[in-house]
Formats: sequence, structure tokens, C-alpha cells
Amino acid sequence: MPQSGRDNASADGPRPAAEGALALAVDNLRAYYLMHYFGVEREVRAVDDISLVVRRNEIYGIAGESSCGKTTFLKTIAAAVRPPLTVIGGSARYGFVDRDIYALSPAELSAIRWRRLSYITQGSMNVLNPVRRVRQSFVDFAFRHMKLNRRAFFAAVEQHLQRLRLTANVLDAYPHELSGGMKQRVTIALATICHPDFIIADEPTTALDVIVQKDVLAMIRDAQQQFGSSMLFVTHDMTVHANIADRLGIMYAGRLLEEAPTIEIFKNPMHPYTAHLVASLPRIGEQSRKESLSGAPPNLADPPKGCRFHPRCPLAMDVCREASPALTTLAPGHRVACYSASPLVKPSATAERASRAEPVGMVP
Amino acid sequence: MAGYALYVLRRFGQFLLVVFVGINIAFFVTHATPIDPITSAIAAATRFSQADPQAVQMTRVALRELYGLQGSLWEQYVAFWMRVARADFGPALSAFPTPVSTLIWRALPWTFGLLSVATLIAWGLGNLLGGLAGYYRRNVMLKVFGVVASGLQPIPNYVMAFVVLVLFGYVWPILPITGSAQINLAQGWTFAYFHSVFQHALLPVLSLVLVGTGAWFIGMRALVSNIVTEDYVTYAELGGVDHRRILLSYVMRNALMPQVTGLALSLGLIFNGAVITEVVFGYPGLGNLLIRAVYAGDYSLVIGIASMSIIAVAFAALVIDLILPLLDPRVRVA
Amino acid sequence: MLRILKDLLRYNREFALGAFLVLLIVAMSLASFFSPYPSGMQYVVPFDMPPSWTYPFGTNSRGQDVFWQLTFAIRNSLLFGITVAFLSRVLALAVGLISGYIGGMVDRILMSINDTFVVFPPFPILVLVYFIFKDHMSWALLAVAMASLGWPYDARLIRSVALSLRTREFTTQSLFSGMSTRQILVEEHLPYVLPIVFATTMNNINWSIGLEVTLSVIGFTNIETPTIGTMIYWANQHTALVAGVWWWIAFPVGLVIMTFIGLYLLSVSMNEYIDPRSRLSRMGGTA
Repeated sequence: MPQSGRDNASADGPRPAAEGALALAVDNLRAYYLMHYFGVEREVRAVDDISLVVRRNEIYGIAGESSCGKTTFLKTIAAAVRPPLTVIGGSARYGFVDRDIYALSPAELSAIRWRRLSYITQGSMNVLNPVRRVRQSFVDFAFRHMKLNRRAFFAAVEQHLQRLRLTANVLDAYPHELSGGMKQRVTIALATICHPDFIIADEPTTALDVIVQKDVLAMIRDAQQQFGSSMLFVTHDMTVHANIADRLGIMYAGRLLEEAPTIEIFKNPMHPYTAHLVASLPRIGEQSRKESLSGAPPNLADPPKGCRFHPRCPLAMDVCREASPALTTLAPGHRVACYSASPLVKPSATAERASRAEPVGMVP
Repeated sequence: MAGYALYVLRRFGQFLLVVFVGINIAFFVTHATPIDPITSAIAAATRFSQADPQAVQMTRVALRELYGLQGSLWEQYVAFWMRVARADFGPALSAFPTPVSTLIWRALPWTFGLLSVATLIAWGLGNLLGGLAGYYRRNVMLKVFGVVASGLQPIPNYVMAFVVLVLFGYVWPILPITGSAQINLAQGWTFAYFHSVFQHALLPVLSLVLVGTGAWFIGMRALVSNIVTEDYVTYAELGGVDHRRILLSYVMRNALMPQVTGLALSLGLIFNGAVITEVVFGYPGLGNLLIRAVYAGDYSLVIGIASMSIIAVAFAALVIDLILPLLDPRVRVA
Repeated sequence: MLRILKDLLRYNREFALGAFLVLLIVAMSLASFFSPYPSGMQYVVPFDMPPSWTYPFGTNSRGQDVFWQLTFAIRNSLLFGITVAFLSRVLALAVGLISGYIGGMVDRILMSINDTFVVFPPFPILVLVYFIFKDHMSWALLAVAMASLGWPYDARLIRSVALSLRTREFTTQSLFSGMSTRQILVEEHLPYVLPIVFATTMNNINWSIGLEVTLSVIGFTNIETPTIGTMIYWANQHTALVAGVWWWIAFPVGLVIMTFIGLYLLSVSMNEYIDPRSRLSRMGGTA
């Protein structure tokens, strides 16, 4: 099996997949929170039948409001699934591994974590061990992968920091001694030190002010270009996506509504929800009033039948209330799940598969 | 570093305050009562016999001087504090003329030894097992231990000591149940002596450990369950950091501070438990000394022990409070 | 509140067990009102009879029926524990709420006092009190003494709750709408603080009964009043264990251990219910 140029298959972890393959392929992934409490069963459908691919060396953005399931999706993709979160069905396959990530043993998972797949998280206020200096975090996360002696390791770390324009003395600090922006940049350096194939970024700029945001985004872009990682970037902020994402997927209530290259999303949104998101961004010189959508995002424990968006959709038809539309390719690289976008869109075969437990409604 | 020096000063000030207030309470409790200790002492002495009124009067004067009860309240107060400053609580009536301080110094090492050993084991073991139980939630053995700990924890020290005494003294008599060492064995740095001391300490320590471990276990388990949901732990798991490393360096190390603080706050109760256990097992520490002093009506000794207890516990709390900032880099002591 | 109790009873095993044990204890203490023998009397039944149908818990060397004596004992011990818990709650609530809410210098002074009292070992001090008052020692005095030593730990807990409540929005709203400090404390904050107070009350009752038992067994309380501790005291005086009258000790000890475990389970399950993170783990998560 041909090997990717950068790695040594037998020494670290499971075997990689073929050259030229996708960085990540997600198929019909479902992950629910299953809970029983005082006699009541509850099932929150946070990730409900999502299929997408991320190509090598691209940044795929996911946009959506709060509680649409973005973070759960990322946790699931990173195989950080702890009860009550359970993977119900589907698969997620990375380019550097020949099997579904859920089929890997704990030892194999541990081998690929950080070396192949790393994670940048929101806020980074509290992601570093507060009682240890920053250098210890680097040792904990990366030392076992780099296979260098201590001195060479720290030299490599300092070199890496320099490339990302951070000073080496940040290593001697405790996390609480760093500012929010600094912490985020250190975390990005930490996440990229092993030159991973895939980076998952969960709202990395959300808790920062605009000026720091600009720096952090530049750093992320820089790192991605230098090390050639593929990225899944999640944020609700459309302007950040405009800045950094190559392709964009719009998520709502646990489902993907639309997916296209970023330019296309902004120029030609085909789903009413996307159109609303794009229209709500202020443009220079614009003076018109912005309308907000009526209603609120659905309760994921008891989502509406059919298309999840239909209660708030100005274009809702009868068929929208019956069956969920399938994500259909309507233009090159542009997929949409909306009946009113085109008659080509048909009901999804996979979306309405019954879940394991019958949802019984809300907890008292 | 200047911040730490200031902290030490402030904390030491608190220590002095505690000692001052505590001993004042002891003083005023004894002096604010309508009961005259001298009258009760004399009544106790003359209960079964007639006494020459002149002898009674002389005894009264002597006792008055001994108890430091002559002069006005203010003069007594000043005299009392001057003696306390010299650690002089006067002679012990029940062991006249041995000074109270001597008796206390003889008993203190036994209490201290019992206390430290039992606390170290209970705190250490309880925290270790509690940490494991909080992290490895599915482990059956740890769950069983948790149930046992919950069952043992609410039982007060006296009852536990009593049950241990009955179990090992009567039902299954394999260990000695009184004293600190074999009576006819000479004190000294010999193996035989240490062996005997060890044997005699086993039951009191066991009793204290049984009660104490449960409390630390349950507290630590709850603490660890919360820490496990902290961002830095989930991030470390996402990073594939070795689980043992996470347990030690991320979870336990962060649980350490609250538990050390808890130790400082519980010292009063722990000392309490040790003293009570001594009484049950006839262990020659402060507890036993206190009880015998009460039975003998030994005023000076009782006040001495009460004061000494307060000082000892306050001091231990001071030491722990001074160590705490050194453990936690986040605490800014400025 | 009633629904919470019903839910707890049905789904929380610890709470159900604790409630059951406590109910048993309360039933025992209520039975004391039906006792055929008044509590103080001795020599009303034959000595040292082992447990049988006529004397379910046997009789002791003072000629008393252990069962009926125990009903008085548990009633008195329980009443004593509740009294101490009540008094120390009042203190703890007062100090904790005032300290947490007003903050500043008042907070520092109160916490200094708190830190002073938390370090006092209760036993030597109570022994000293007994020593001074000897035969004039009453249960009321002992209760007051214990309450003044048992408040600091819980005052701290309440203070931290008050601190967090102080910064929440509904407090500033109440302030702006003109409520006085006392009003805010009593009407707005108390409902949040009460569940924690409930849990600590159980603990405090355990603590005070434990201390009462300890002092009584050594004989440092009014030994004529039947309590769990004094029963054991008299048993020791008559060397019950050596004489083989084990039921005189076993039943009081067994009953009081049941009390401790029952109250403890109640306090723990209440705590767990209040804490949202532990609730999540009960729902099937690992949080």
C-alpha cells in the first residue's frame, strides 16, 4: 500500500490509507445523548445523519447557531465520545488510517492522537494544566510522538514557537500568567507541534477581542499552510469563515443544510437559512433594517418531523413537514437540502431511520 | 517572595489571635461561673470525714494561691497570662508537686504520634483510593469500597473505638487494648520496646483510620469527579496523554490543594477524635490525662490541657496554611 | 418541594434507605410515650434477662426493660442533637449570610472569628466546661456550649453560597427596587441556601449526638437522664460486657449507628440532588 511521504507506517500507529485520498470522510454519522433520569428516557439528537468530506490541505468551515450540534459533532469526530453521548450509527474515516475511527483500539487511538489528529478548542481559558508550566504540557502531549531526547525535543519546540512568532520564555510560564490571546496562540502552537495531518478547531476565536482574533486567525492560516494540515473549523461567526474557510457547511439542529465553496455560499446561498445568515451580515454603506427569523432552534430531544427548519422557514411547503430533504448536489461542489431550491431534491432515505429508543419528551 | 513573607506574618497573627482567644475563653469560663472551685475541692476532700475548721481555712488560702485566685479579677488575669507566657500552669494537684507542663510534655508525644500516624494513613489512603474511584468509575472493587466507606464514615470516633475494643479485646483477643507499651518493659531505643509500642498503637490507630479514611475517600471522589469534567482534563484526553499521567499530574495534583485545605480545617476534629480514642484504649496521651484530671478534680491540669490542645491544633493549622501557597502556583499571596 | 421528595424517594436508593432508617428511629422515640414504665424508675423488672418475647431487648442490671429504656434514650439523644443543630444553624446562617453578603471589613472580621473557632477541638473545651459546672451541668448548657463550637464549618459553606448569590442579577434587581438588606437576605437568598442548610443539619445532628454519647459514656453529663450515652455509661458501670449482659450495650449502639447512617444517607443524597453535576452522572453520563 503506497505510503504518504511524511510518515513511517509501522513505527507509529495504524496503517495509513492510499495517497490522494480524502483527509476525512464522514458517512451518515449519528450521535445522540441517551439519558434516563427518574424514570424518564430522553434522547437528544445532537448529530443526526451527517455526511461530508474534507479534502487534503483544505479548511472546511462549519457554521450554525448555538446548540445546533456543532461541538458535539466535533467531539464525535475526534472520537471523544463519553456517555451519555453515544455513536448510534455511521462512520468517520480519516485519510491517515485505513479503518473507521470507531473501530480503532485505545492503543491505536492514542498513537494517532496529536500526531495525526489534534484539537484546538474554544477560549483556551482552562485547557492547560493550571499547576504545571507550559513546557510540561508540551512534554505531555508531544514528547512521545517526536521520538527525540529531551534536549533535542525542547530545541524543536523552541524552533516551532519561533516559526509561529512566539518567544521561548512562554514555556516557563504558568497558564494563569498568560493573557487570553497568548494562551490561545500557545494552544495553537501546541496543537501543531507534531505537524498533524488533521486539525479540529472549535470556535478558537470566539472568546477573543477583534484585534487578537485577527492575529490568531493569521496564525492558524500560517500554521495550516506551513504544515499542510487539513482542518475542520467550527464557528458561528460568518465573518471568520469568510476569512479562513475554503469550503463551508451550514449546520442546523444536528443536520447539514448546505455545503459549498465559501465564495458560493456568500454569493449564491440556496437554502433559506443560509440566505438569512448571509443577509444578516452588515455591509459597509448598507442602511436597511435586518429582520430576524421567527421562532427558536428546535429542542433536539423532540425535533420537528420532516425538515428541521420548516417551523421557521418562510418557504415551507407540505412536503417539508413530511420528510426530510436529502443533501443533493445542485451545482459543482454545491450541495443543498431544501425542496424549494430545486425539484431535484428528494426526501432523504437515511434521515428518518428510527432511533434506538423512543423519545418520550422533556424531563419534568 | 515579599508577598509570601506578608502572608506568613498575617497567618502568624491569626495563630496568635486563636491562641489568645482560646485561652481567654478557658480563663473566663472558669472565672465566670458561680461555682467556686475551691469550695468544691474542699467539699470533695472533706466529704467522708470531719475537718478542723482552721485546717480548712489554711487549705483554702493555699489552694487560692495555687489556683491563682487571689486578688481582683484583673490581677488574676494578668498573673495568669504571665504564667502562660512562661508555659507554667502551676503544679498538678493530683500529682503534686509535678508541674502541669511536665505531665503534658510526657503525654503529648503519645497523642502526637497517634494523631500523625493515623491522619497520614487516613488522609493518604482515603485520598488515593478516592481519586482512583472518582477517575475509574466502573471499577467494582472501588465501588464496593465506596459503599463500605459510606457506611463507616458517619460513625463517631467513640463508637468506632468502642466497637474495635470489643472486637479485638473480647471477641478476638489478639492485640493489647490498653497502654502504650508493655508495662514492665524498659523505655529505650530497643527493638523489643518499639515492637511493643507498635502493637499497642495498632488498635487505636486502626480505630481512627477506619473512621477517617471514609471521610477523605468520599470527599476526594466527589472532588475528582468534578475535576474530570474540567477543560484541561478533557483536553489532555483529546491529546492522547497517557491515562496514568492524567490521573497523577492533571487530576490528583489539582485535587491536592482543596484536600490540604480541608485537612487544615479538620484538624480540630481530628485532634478531638484522637483524644477520645485514647480514653477508650487507655492510651497515655492528653485525652486520658484530661479525664483523669477531671476525676481527680485537678483544676490546673484541666486548664493546662485545654489550653495546650488549642495551641497544638492552632499550630498545626498554621503549618499547613503556610505550606499551601507553595503548592498552588495560582495563589497570589500579595 | 414535595415533588422533589417524592422523586428522591422513588429513584434515589440512598435517600429511601436513609428515610426508612430515620423513620424507624423516630417511631422508636415516639414509642416512649407509650412506655409502661416511667423513665427514671429502676428495679421494675427482673435483672439481666436476655432478649425474649416478654422483654424484646432484654433487661439490664438496674432492673429496667432495655427496650423501653431505649425509647427514652433515643428520644432524648435525638432531641438533644436537633436542639444543638438548630442553635448552630442559627449562628451559621447569621454569620454566613451577613459575611457573604456585606463583604468587606465585616466579612474579614467574621471570617477571622470563624477561623479562630474552627480550630478549637470541641472535646477538651467541653470537658473543661463540665469540670467547672460539675453537678450544675444541664443539658441546656451543654447544648449551648456545643452549638457555639459547631457553627464555623457550615458558616463558611453558607458564606460561599451567599457570595455567589450576591453577584447574581436578581440580587442587583432587588437592590434597585428598594429592598432592604435584611429583606433581600430573608426573602431572596434563603430559598437557595436552605437545601444546603438541610444537608449540613443532618451532619450536625450526627456530630452532636456523637459528642453527647462520648461525654455521657465517660460520665460527664447528667447521667440520670436516659440517653444513648448514659445507657452505655451505666452498662459500663455494671461491667455489662464482662458479666455477659451484652444486650445492654449492643442495642443502644446498634440503634445509634442506625441513626448515624440514616441521617448521613439523607444528607448525602440531598447534596447529590442539589449539585447539578452529580445529577448528570445519575442520568447516565460519566460527568
